[in-house]
Amino acid sequence: MNAKVVTISSGKGGVGKTTTSANLAVALAQENQKVVCIDGDIGLRNLDVILGLENRIVYDLVDVVEGRCRIRQAMIRDKRLPELFLIPAAQTRDKSAVSPSDMIRLCEELRDEMDWIIIDSPAGIERGFRNALAPADLVLVVTNPEVSSVRDADRIIGLVEAEEKGPAQLILNRVNPTLTKRGDMLSTDDVLELLAIKLIGVIPEDESVIVASNRGQPVTFANNSKAGQAFHNIAKRLLGEEVPFMEIEANNGFINKLAKMMKFRGD
Amino acid sequence: MDNFLEKLLGKEKKSANTAKERLKLVLIHDRTDITSGQLESLKNELIDVISKYIHIEPNKVKINMTQEGKEHRLIADIPISPTPNRRK
Repeated sequence: MNAKVVTISSGKGGVGKTTTSANLAVALAQENQKVVCIDGDIGLRNLDVILGLENRIVYDLVDVVEGRCRIRQAMIRDKRLPELFLIPAAQTRDKSAVSPSDMIRLCEELRDEMDWIIIDSPAGIERGFRNALAPADLVLVVTNPEVSSVRDADRIIGLVEAEEKGPAQLILNRVNPTLTKRGDMLSTDDVLELLAIKLIGVIPEDESVIVASNRGQPVTFANNSKAGQAFHNIAKRLLGEEVPFMEIEANNGFINKLAKMMKFRGD
Repeated sequence: MDNFLEKLLGKEKKSANTAKERLKLVLIHDRTDITSGQLESLKNELIDVISKYIHIEPNKVKINMTQEGKEHRLIADIPISPTPNRRK
């Protein structure tokens, strides 16, 4: 085995990096891949709660780097998917506890045993981001169709290229089809034109993502949500499959409303 | 006037279009590390230099940065004014 290291980044906080990391890891593991995800946000760890593994942490990334345990001991095996692991971030330390070369060494050790190493980068463009970028084979930039996150994504894309880790690919998250249709949200085409980058996934805004994070069960576990489906599609694209991009449609158009009314009367 | 007509006809620009136009400019400035203020002083210095050699109308000079894919261009449009003293 020779794992591919995928770093999930965004620049701006709150656009869905951690949710994306968790869901891609789950989706890949469901494709029978061996996956380890690493929380790169030292001091502000969250991948553990999104994955619902917060109660099983004994050792963390900094323990591994500082030699207090072996990598295996810090890898939490997800009981729902036997081929999915998490290396949590340390909560009581800061980003300077880990260096880019530590991350490269760590990933080298994991490469032989895994198919995929997913690194959840922290927000910002400082040390934490540099750590997450250093071992990357592929960088996925998450952005929302909104001015500040697109602007920050552009900075990240530039930095990834400067470090010769490009070309990065784009995940457009939280697309609201009603707003897009009304002309009040940047469309996928708008964002692609602005950022001049290849698209790997479009995730619709979906309440089930919030429900999933409440429960610690990423949406990709259940196969009935639109967002979950979109993450599965990205996983397939990562595996080299050609998957067409989902049509994201508003479901409150006139025809739909009419259909709902008829249904109501029919009842 | 244009704005007034647009409003009258209910054709106010969609906010997504405004966002896109704003982002286009911001990204070009971010990528080239040139602010609109610096661009303005570049324009003024350019006018000074060119005026030494050619008679131009400073207030008609336009200087813009554009983007197409990954290529950026600095485009200067400098109309030359007719020089009356050379006409015979």
